[in-house]
Amino acid sequence: MSVQEVGRPRRRKEDARLLTGRTRWTDNLTRPGLLHVMFLRSPMAHAAISRVDVSGARGLPGVVAAFSGQDFAAEQGSLPCAWPRAADTVIPEHPPMAVSGVRYVGEAVACVVATDRYRAADALEAIEIDYEPLPAVLDMERALAGDSPKVHETGNRAFDFTSTHGDVEAAFRDAPVVIDRTYVQQRLIPNAMEPRSVLCDTDGETYTMWSATQIPHILKVMLAMVTGVPEHTLRVIAPDVGGGFGSKLQVTPEEVLCLLLARKLGRPVKWTESRSEGNLTVHHGRDQIQRIRLAADADGRVRGLQVRLLADMGAYLALLTPAVPLLGAQMFNAIYKMDAYEFACTGVFTTKMPTDAYRGAGRPEATFGIERIMDELAAELRMDPLEVRRRNWIRQEEFPYTTISGLTYDSGNYEAATDRATALFGYDKLRAEQADRRDKGDPVQLGIGVSTYTEMCGLAPSRWFGSNNAGAGGWEHGSVRVLPTGKVEVITGSTPHGQGHVTAWSQIAADALGVPFEDVSVLYGDTAIAPKGLDTYGSRSLTIGGIAVLKACEKVRDKARRLAAHLLECSPDDIEFEAGAFRVRGTESQKTLQELALAAFTGHDLPEGVEARLDSDATFDPENFSFPHGTHLCAVEVDTETGMVRIRSYVAVDDVGKVVNPLIVDGQIHGGIAQGVAQALFEEAVYDADGNLLTTTMADYLLPSAADLPDFTLDRTESPATSNPLGVKGVGEAGTIASTPAVVNAIVDALRPYGVNDVRMPCTPERVWRALGAEGVRR
Amino acid sequence: MIPAQFDYVRPDSLAEACAELGSDEDAKVLAGGQSLMPLLRLRLAYPSKLIDIGRLDALKGVHDRGDHLFIGALATHDEVMRSPLVTAACPLLALAAGHVADPATRHLGTFGGSLAHADPAADLPAAVLALDGVLVAASAQGEREIPAARFFVDYLETSLRQGEILSGVKIPKLGPGWGFHYEKFVRTAQAWAVVGVAVAVKRSNGSIAEARIGLTNMGATPLRAHAAEAALRGVELGDQVRQACEEAAAGSSPPADLHAQPDYRRHLARVLTHRAVRAAAGSP
Repeated sequence: MSVQEVGRPRRRKEDARLLTGRTRWTDNLTRPGLLHVMFLRSPMAHAAISRVDVSGARGLPGVVAAFSGQDFAAEQGSLPCAWPRAADTVIPEHPPMAVSGVRYVGEAVACVVATDRYRAADALEAIEIDYEPLPAVLDMERALAGDSPKVHETGNRAFDFTSTHGDVEAAFRDAPVVIDRTYVQQRLIPNAMEPRSVLCDTDGETYTMWSATQIPHILKVMLAMVTGVPEHTLRVIAPDVGGGFGSKLQVTPEEVLCLLLARKLGRPVKWTESRSEGNLTVHHGRDQIQRIRLAADADGRVRGLQVRLLADMGAYLALLTPAVPLLGAQMFNAIYKMDAYEFACTGVFTTKMPTDAYRGAGRPEATFGIERIMDELAAELRMDPLEVRRRNWIRQEEFPYTTISGLTYDSGNYEAATDRATALFGYDKLRAEQADRRDKGDPVQLGIGVSTYTEMCGLAPSRWFGSNNAGAGGWEHGSVRVLPTGKVEVITGSTPHGQGHVTAWSQIAADALGVPFEDVSVLYGDTAIAPKGLDTYGSRSLTIGGIAVLKACEKVRDKARRLAAHLLECSPDDIEFEAGAFRVRGTESQKTLQELALAAFTGHDLPEGVEARLDSDATFDPENFSFPHGTHLCAVEVDTETGMVRIRSYVAVDDVGKVVNPLIVDGQIHGGIAQGVAQALFEEAVYDADGNLLTTTMADYLLPSAADLPDFTLDRTESPATSNPLGVKGVGEAGTIASTPAVVNAIVDALRPYGVNDVRMPCTPERVWRALGAEGVRR
Repeated sequence: MIPAQFDYVRPDSLAEACAELGSDEDAKVLAGGQSLMPLLRLRLAYPSKLIDIGRLDALKGVHDRGDHLFIGALATHDEVMRSPLVTAACPLLALAAGHVADPATRHLGTFGGSLAHADPAADLPAAVLALDGVLVAASAQGEREIPAARFFVDYLETSLRQGEILSGVKIPKLGPGWGFHYEKFVRTAQAWAVVGVAVAVKRSNGSIAEARIGLTNMGATPLRAHAAEAALRGVELGDQVRQACEEAAAGSSPPADLHAQPDYRRHLARVLTHRAVRAAAGSP
């Protein structure tokens, strides 16, 4: 019997190479004759371009070419928006390089191509541009007023989307309790470890693009559609990619322009962003104003929920911009039962960098809104926040449960996760300490924050995408090649950028084929090697891509069984498979997968109609999302003299179904919590009154490090998903979705005796201090 | 980001470095590069020439000179933080150096560089000011001593003249009875101080005989909290300390930025000064 690989805490196969620097980041790659591109970026938030003169740059040493937007106008097309979910969505022209006007600071207005980056950078300063300033549009509410300056000729409204379930008016009519709150989801800037980088080469007929992207497959299709370069002449490679968090789920201006530059110049070109360029021009995340109303009975039972969102699109609709806030449409109701639910969202154009998917994409916003207001309900009723949740959540015996917003949650056990979390946390003891500190008037107050989240992830069912107006589906593809020596190559369309696919897929294939974990390699990220795929985002890799690999392995097994039956002269039905061997039932007569691989390779003796290969492909498209859930508990100490918040303890009990690799799952939860805490306490993209981004460096845009975070106490419950044969659920975003409201709830909980019921994120010491009153608490 | 073009020289002696600096008013001295390189890369500075003094042995090390320590301008923050001489004679500097940025920066960034750069948000200037350090400037004309109180002139501006290089700092030994603390208020571990307070306190019979307080990021330069120092003189350890520390922000003009508004910084200065004085005095 071989040991089962699925479920083992295998150390990642990827790590030795990544940690010792034997990596292939796009910026490390070079090609003979490589040229370097740098972009000149608009210093104006909103302006008409009256003149661009790049001639000053053209004569400078090392400069091969310089171009303005006009030079690309005929061929650059418009960057794609692939998911205009609302029927009335306005999709403005989105030129990769601005031609007649700019709409955000950082928009590319010209470029220089030179023999090295230094010369390119110097030459940018020789380009002259005349702008005719137009008024910046920065505030969503003011942008919707009739007299607002317009970002686009069509106005500042990108779409209106409404969905109503049940009788909302009845739910609110005569409700004993109505809570009405407005929350602000600040704008965030994704910061992957690896900056974005693009290299495009051509042999005159075909093009190869290396890009630090999450989506080589989607990028290839989109480049063809945007530029007209025939799809079969394009090859896209995502080599090692150092994180994305959604920020590399994009078809960027720079990718399109590098392709066009390679075509214009017939030479390889490369662009790599600087950090501050990245802060300006990587798509931003979140940025919503959430008006939330909740109606409840006096015993805490939720009757109805009404959500009205303003979602900042920024200046254009990028790949998924308008779809992101709408992923909240079915999520605000979360784990709770209710009679009625209404969701309305207006997308608003502003003269800022476009927003798009950022870890969680729509679901952190929704989870924040509902988990914050559930705490407000508890406070209003003077109930324990866990008790309010218990009275409203879907009970374990009610699964599968179709929610008010129409999703069917297949499995879950909110009671078990919460019981485990409260035990690990020492909930009652901390409540006692909190009471004690309140009584004593301790300048350091204790707050306890609860977040009982769920989320829809494993973004898939293609049918669901189709019925919601998406430009693509949600399947994933996997292939398995059994090599003549019995070693296995897995090819996945799910393109990793740090998640550990190589390890997890090896575990799945090892179990399915009965081969050693070490005998499996995983290939990915090159459209010439892994030609079919929909890539990695939305916590979809394992639940869809991993299952595609499993399905391909099962097909390999079927082929091997037929071949074994032929060689062992029995019926395939008499063959049993165990530990990598195909045995005639009840006998010692068998063929190992290795022997069958060689037999298939030689082709000397194959049954009628069987090809000389065991290799197989599979595409998997689940019938439902996966719904991980969990209970996160956070204890904070708030220094009422300074406003400083310190996280004292953090417990996360997550239910992500069956676990393939516990180390990878714990890593995802750790990173996810850190990113969610960062939204709660540290990160905010700030534009000034003229639309200049003030947070262009890490001195101003604060990212936490390990020194700023507590130890996390993690545990799991396990309610297997029913939507896939491994019972797995997504985990990539769960920590981020859960943690932000847990932290803010804890802060507000600490401050409630001071009459505070909200602190706007990020909850900086100054904001906390001001929430306590202009002079703060002075002893 | 990529710096604009500049020349680079690495002189073999301090005299040669002073001559290079004296002959080009757009030249800049490069030591550890932890402040200058970001300015170059962001194209916020366009020096004609960098004069790399990083290998001048004369500027290195921490030296015991009887009644004072001489800390070479090229001593790194990490050296200062770990120096037994500093820990014994003026531990406030070790405490402040330990708060500078992160370990990588502390191994490259230099004591002299931080002072000559004169960023009011940096940790060391306030500590040197509190300790009444004397900065030594070398030039072709010889050496000149500048008391810390006259060294910091304005934001990123010192009283160093063209052609002068900071060669080191004399820190007077304070003798027995003194306690020290550096209280830094930051939003993340490696961020700049929102406010910092460097305190040296001399205790005598349960009272504060003398207090010296340097403030980080409470104005265009590091500041001494003179009013609070005066108010603390002779105060018994206990509740009156807090009241005396209410003067901590007097005369300051703290900046407004993304991390804090001036009124909040003033408030922090009062709270943190109280905490720092109590800690320095060993008072619970």
